[in-house]
Amino acid sequence: MADSLAEPLLRVDSLVRRYGGITATDNLSMEVIPGELHAIIGPNGAGKTTLISQLTGQVMPNSGTIYFAGRDVTSLPSYTRSRLGLARSFQITSLLKDFSAIDNVALAAQAHDGHSFRFWGNARKERHLRDTARAALERVGLGQRADIVVSQLSHGEQRELELAVALATKPQLLLLDEPMAGLGVTESARMVALLKELRKEVTIVLVEHDMEAVFALADRITVLVYGRVIACDVPDAIRKHEEVKRAYLGEQHAVTRHD
Amino acid sequence: MMPKLNASNAVAALMCAALILLPVYSAATGNIFILTLFTRITIYALAAASLNLIMGYGGMMSFGHAAYLGIGGYAVGILAAEGIGSGFIQWPVALVVSALFALLIGALSLRTRGVYFIMITLAFAQMAYYVASALSRYGGDDGLTVYKRSDFAGLINLSDRNQFYYLCLACLFGGLYLIWRIVNSRFGLVVQGVRSNEQRMQAIGFHANRYRLVCFVISGTICGLAGALLANNTDFVSPAVMYWTRSGDLMVMVILGGMGSLFGPVVGAIVYLLLEELLSQFTEFSGLILGPVLLLIVLFARGGIMGLLGRMRRG
Repeated sequence: MADSLAEPLLRVDSLVRRYGGITATDNLSMEVIPGELHAIIGPNGAGKTTLISQLTGQVMPNSGTIYFAGRDVTSLPSYTRSRLGLARSFQITSLLKDFSAIDNVALAAQAHDGHSFRFWGNARKERHLRDTARAALERVGLGQRADIVVSQLSHGEQRELELAVALATKPQLLLLDEPMAGLGVTESARMVALLKELRKEVTIVLVEHDMEAVFALADRITVLVYGRVIACDVPDAIRKHEEVKRAYLGEQHAVTRHD
Repeated sequence: MMPKLNASNAVAALMCAALILLPVYSAATGNIFILTLFTRITIYALAAASLNLIMGYGGMMSFGHAAYLGIGGYAVGILAAEGIGSGFIQWPVALVVSALFALLIGALSLRTRGVYFIMITLAFAQMAYYVASALSRYGGDDGLTVYKRSDFAGLINLSDRNQFYYLCLACLFGGLYLIWRIVNSRFGLVVQGVRSNEQRMQAIGFHANRYRLVCFVISGTICGLAGALLANNTDFVSPAVMYWTRSGDLMVMVILGGMGSLFGPVVGAIVYLLLEELLSQFTEFSGLILGPVLLLIVLFARGGIMGLLGRMRRG
């Protein structure tokens, strides 16, 4: 899978982000190859979410460059990056709580269907937006829950909806920030099965604490510690990596569980 | 979506019917006062509805909305004073100037959020108030008398009580219809989405502030129309109409009736202005009663009167 000849879809070059005296992203470089599922792991506070937020433009780096699909996107705002095909899900579920599930997804489809300075027609009656949204909902198994208001959905369903929203923007690269966070065992298993399907269609960067899921899904794994990349390799190599084991001291069993 | 049969929709329908039939009642009973009162109410209802568009649907707490009442009014008043009496010129000018003012305020204030946004919109409205006070050529502090109502080339006579009332009512219904279309359009969904979760909307590809700004301008323009009506109604326009307490009145009407409900501001304007009128007959301190009423609504009925009615059906 890790075809080093392929032009990377995403390339991060010497990225730095400081918060006061803390360097959350420390001279970080990495590449994501088209078609791979690239996991990012690391202990709490390793700067995973900060990295994702810089990739999508919610947080601007102090220095360094981000290339997406061959283009320097470092200074582009998040809505422009989304239009270029970069989608994210949020670690803490971030949906339009007072909208129905299908409205959430249809708005994502609408965002990628020309401008929205249309003041007259009823957007909820636009067939192709609704169809796209419905398809994305079916995809994540929420087809029956389309008209439920988000605040009435279970936590697991909201996580799935996050994914449907990201999918509806027809992304080239999907950045998932802990999609398994707070899910029960069965819900997690469903999410893993879902991601296994999705990875066939879209390149994915996955930030996740659930090591079982990471090692089951990833083509390559990048390990972050204090904002720095200490290893980037295939799962088997990461499992045996000495520095990674040390970084996870105390959490070691999590990494080695599959040995 | 077909309108559902529930208490709030029933009230809205009854209210519209009553507003349409009011001149008949007024003529039958010879009660002219009620017609003048309700002319004023429909104008304020239109202004409140425009505020509801940004406040209720857009989540933008503008505390300077009365500025557009004044701008629309002064556009009519100043043009009339300069001998341009045609409504076909006065009214478009009122709308355009209101839109431009909204564009200016919006472009600057929408960089901020929350309390800062409230303060900046308030500051701009106060600036408009002081500018109007300084217009000595047009009455300054004392205001400007509009000696002749807008002339629409014989199409409609604004000096006729009934015709003017129906014009105001048509503007109100037209404004509400426009807002209803907007709220359900692509644009409206984006604006409501941004109110709900701005970061999310940016992440799925919307330039949030652009949509906010356009919404802000539409709202200001509609309120400018209410201003043009108001100047014709009172035959007078003064800086007082832009004072911050007027903006507060509009906010209270929206909150009282129900933010984010189409007919909420209309209900709010009717209840607020009727209460004010009634109470002023008994006491100078109508605020003493209006205040607690508002407090109760905010504490116990977040969705205002329309919200309360909406819940009634479910028991």
